[in-house]
Parts: sequence; structure tokens; C-alpha cells
Amino acid sequence: MTATTIPRETTKAAPPHLSDRSVAENRLGQKLVAPALILMVLVTAYPMLQALYLSLFRYRLTTPDDKGFVGLGNYVTILSDSLFWKDTFNTVLIMVVTVAVELVIGFAFAMVMHRIIFARGVMRTAILIPYGIITVVSAFAWQFTFSINNGWVNSWFSWLPGISASTNWYGDHWHAMFAIMVSEIWKTTPFMALLLLAGLSQVSEDMLEAAKVDGATASQRLFKVILPNMRAAIMVAVLFRALDAFRIFDNIFIMTKGAQNTESSSFLTYRQAIEQFQLGMGSALSVLLFLTVLLLAWLIVKFFRVDLAQARGEG
Amino acid sequence: MRKTGVGTYAGFIVILVWCLLPIAWIVSLSFKSLAETTTGSAHFLPQDATWDNYKVLLGMTSDKSTSHDFLAALRNSFGISIIATILAVLIATLAAYAIARLEFKGKRLVLSLALAIAMFPVVSLVGPLFDMWRTFHLFNTWPGLIIPYMTFTLPLAIWTLSAFFREIPWEMEQAAQVDGATSWQAFRKVIVPLAAPGVFTAAILTFFFAWNEFVLAISLTSTTSTRTVPAQMSYFVGPDPFNPPYSQLATASVIVTIPVIVIVLLFQRRIVAGLTSGAVKG
Repeated sequence: MTATTIPRETTKAAPPHLSDRSVAENRLGQKLVAPALILMVLVTAYPMLQALYLSLFRYRLTTPDDKGFVGLGNYVTILSDSLFWKDTFNTVLIMVVTVAVELVIGFAFAMVMHRIIFARGVMRTAILIPYGIITVVSAFAWQFTFSINNGWVNSWFSWLPGISASTNWYGDHWHAMFAIMVSEIWKTTPFMALLLLAGLSQVSEDMLEAAKVDGATASQRLFKVILPNMRAAIMVAVLFRALDAFRIFDNIFIMTKGAQNTESSSFLTYRQAIEQFQLGMGSALSVLLFLTVLLLAWLIVKFFRVDLAQARGEG
Repeated sequence: MRKTGVGTYAGFIVILVWCLLPIAWIVSLSFKSLAETTTGSAHFLPQDATWDNYKVLLGMTSDKSTSHDFLAALRNSFGISIIATILAVLIATLAAYAIARLEFKGKRLVLSLALAIAMFPVVSLVGPLFDMWRTFHLFNTWPGLIIPYMTFTLPLAIWTLSAFFREIPWEMEQAAQVDGATSWQAFRKVIVPLAAPGVFTAAILTFFFAWNEFVLAISLTSTTSTRTVPAQMSYFVGPDPFNPPYSQLATASVIVTIPVIVIVLLFQRRIVAGLTSGAVKG
């Protein structure tokens, strides 16, 4: 993500014209980014400030005359409500579990794609289908898969302990969470695998060969050579996916509508702002959600940076 | 030198099953009769395959109520996604060119804003946008969805494009400038043709985003005149909310997945290049 943000050094040749040219270049550059910048500010920065402002009011669209300044009242209400913490916990749990599982499966997929020498096109096509498919469609497909009267999970996996023809996957919290996570993992593992594949193809074959000659076992090669050399790719993949998983909404909306305590932070925010017209409360939730994501991004970047520094120190 | 081991073959099969089983499942469901899924069926394959669901959804039966809503949603999805894609890619191309090639004040600001938007929880904007769109009469209109879709795809488009732009031979632009072309001419006549494949890739990724988007689609629309397919599908519960029309939903799913599969089949190599371009370099 940050990769492309590194400014390219310019290779301007003619020093006498430098100042003229650089003035013109500056102006052209600003002109070219202006539309993008204006759009991004108008559609995100401005509404976000609006949310910050509205979050300080008691403001419900069904009773607009009752609008009044409440200061941090909405935040106090939210932070002292157990539902907010329950939903935050659900979201964090979904994020941690799905990203961890995706990292493992995605790495296995990347290894297969890296090694395979036949049918690469077929494999690429197959792996891009879950990536490209509409999340709502994926959610429906998995909802039907786990459905008690139409699904195939109960009939195919009835030999597993705890699964029988009458297992109701939407009947309790953990079963429903499991179904939601499966749908999320299915849809996004290919993306993870592609990012990891890109990192994997940058690990030098010579180094692996050298490790092999020196007598390193397969697991030693994996943990001491391949993984440390892929740190950057892993970090990007985890950062992308973790922030994305934290926004989980579509799968829950379609599969459970938040029933059985499966609501996520995004769902709660949506429900307050759109379904219940609680713009004040909804805005406060928006602000909190945004701050949580910022914190999360900061934590992930910091955590991996420390790791990177350690790896360099060791290596 | 690398030989394909048994593990790789097994992995190949696992990946194919993983990716295609749910697709096979919705295709199979779409050929089941509505009666079969309403009573419930434990079979993976339809007991009595039928085209009925496709006929109902595509308006080939006398009852047009279902097909009317679905076809309207399909029109909205195509219209909104295509317009948003074209506009976003146009704007992103200009910005990415500047970022990859020019030194100017404010570059960091654009990049940090793009980064922030990419991590942004879209749902945290629905409340304020809902409020603003009602004031500006953009609520429940095509532009009301196109504008935020453009904005949220800009970061991805800008990254992908600037990564592609950095691969373009820099000297050719300089050569054009030495021959007397202005910066703008060099951009239009030399870089644009070279950048076309990258622009195309960014367009595919942008289209996928808009085609997929759900949160804004249900929050900023209220009627079938603007609802896109994902939003329409979430309201498509049929007469009995406790027993949704599984086979018809599966049919709708198959129909909206066809464009995705066609694009993937035609452009898989480019999509992979686009997805990973921003991630590994540097």
C-alpha cells in the first residue's frame, strides 16, 4: 500500500531551465490531482467533519424538532452500552480468526500456485472468481449451504461430531458466527493468496537452493528463509485484509441480519443511522468506528515494523 | 528444474474445489424448481432440472412483477458501475500521472488522503451522506451512488495506475519533450497509448468494486428505480419472509456472476498484475 507512495526521483536533465520547468511542473501536477483531491475531500473529509459535528447532538430524523446539543452525551451512552462492546468484540473476533485462517490457507494456496507448472491460467481464473464475485451473492450461497432444509453441509458432514441432519446453523451464536466466517474466508482467501504469491515469487531461488545444499530441512527453509524474506508482502496482505475484515457488513446483513448476537460494528452503525434515523447517535458510532480503524492500522503497522527491525537485527 | 510433486497436484484439486464448489452450488440451486427448495431438499443436484427460474427473472412468463424489479436492478447496476468506472479511471489517470512523474507541492496530501480513504470504514459515512444527499436531492438517484463509488475507488485506481506508470519508459516522454512537445502533449501522445493496458486494469478493478458495493447501495436508495442488484437481492424475500425463494435468489446470483466470470476469463492475467502491482514493489 505504501509502496506506491514513494516519490520517484526525477531525472531532469537541463539545470539552466530547472526553475522555470519546476514551476510549470508544480502547476501541472496540482492541476492534474485537483479533481481527485476535490472529490475525496467533498465526499469523505467533509461528511466526516459533519459526522463529528452531528455526533454532539440529539438528532433523530423522525423527531427533527427535538434536535439539541448534548455534548459528549452520545459517546457516553454508546461506551456505557454493553451492545456496543459486544458488537466490537464480535468484529474483532471475526477479524482475528478470518485473517489468521486466511493467512495459513492463503499461504498454502500461494505455494501451490508458485510451484505449479501446468494449467496456470485455469488456476488463476478459478482463484479470481471468489475475489470478483459479489459479496452478497457469496453470502447467499453460503447461507443456503448451511441452510437446515436446503443445504449440503448437514448431509455431507454428518459424520463429524456435532453435525447432524437437524443442526440449525442459524439457531445459536457460535454456529452462526462460524457460518459467517466461512463465507468471509472463502471470498477473501484468494486475494490473500495472490498478495502472498507476489511476495513468494520475490524470494530468491538461489538462496533456497543454497539452504538446501547446506542441509536445511523443508520446515527450516520455510521458517528461516521463505517467511522472513516475505515479511513485507505478509504485512501488506495482513494490513489490507484486517482493515477490510473489520468493516464486515454484507455477509452478516444477508446471512443473519445480526440475529443471535452476530452484529458487527458496521452493522450497528448502519442500523442506528439508516434504519432508526438516529443521526446523532449514528454519527457518534461513525466517529468511534473510524477511530478504531485508525488505531488498528497504527497497531498493525507498528507491530510489523518492530518485527521487521528485529528480523534485520537477527539477520 | 522444479518438479510437480503429488502435494502440488493435490493442492491444485483443493484450490479448484474451494473456488468452484460454491459456484456449482448456486448454479445447481438455480435449476431447482421453486417447489423443491420451498419444501426443502437435501440433494446437491436438482431432482428435476428446470429453466423456470431464469424465465421468471428474465421476464419470459406472464407474471412480470419479479422480472420487472430484477431487470431494473440489473440496469441500475450496469449503468451506475460503468459510469462510475469511466469517471473514476479518468480522474485517477490524471492524478496517477502527476504522482508518478511530476514533482509538486501537495503530493503527500493526496497520497495520505487516498491511503486514509482506502482504510476507511465506508459505513461510517452513510449517516452523514444520507443527511447531505437528502439536502442536495441526491438521495435515491444514480449520481447519488456514482459520486461515492468514484471516490472510494480512486485510491485503488490511483495506486494501480501509478505503479503501472512507473514501468513506462521515462525516456520516451523526455524524447518527445526534446522534440518540442509540452508536458501535456507528451502525456497525451506518448504516455496514454503506453499506459492503456494499466488504465484498463484499473478500470476492471474499479468496476468490480462498484458492481459489488452494498452498504451505500442500500443506504442511499429507497426504490427499485435506483437500487442495484446486491441491494435489490437483499429485499427480494418473496411472500414468506421465513422461507425465502432460494432457487430464484440463486438464479439472480448466477446471472449477476456471469459478467464477473466473463471479465475474469478474458483478463485474468491483467487482474492479477493489477492486484499485486501496488503491493510488492518497494
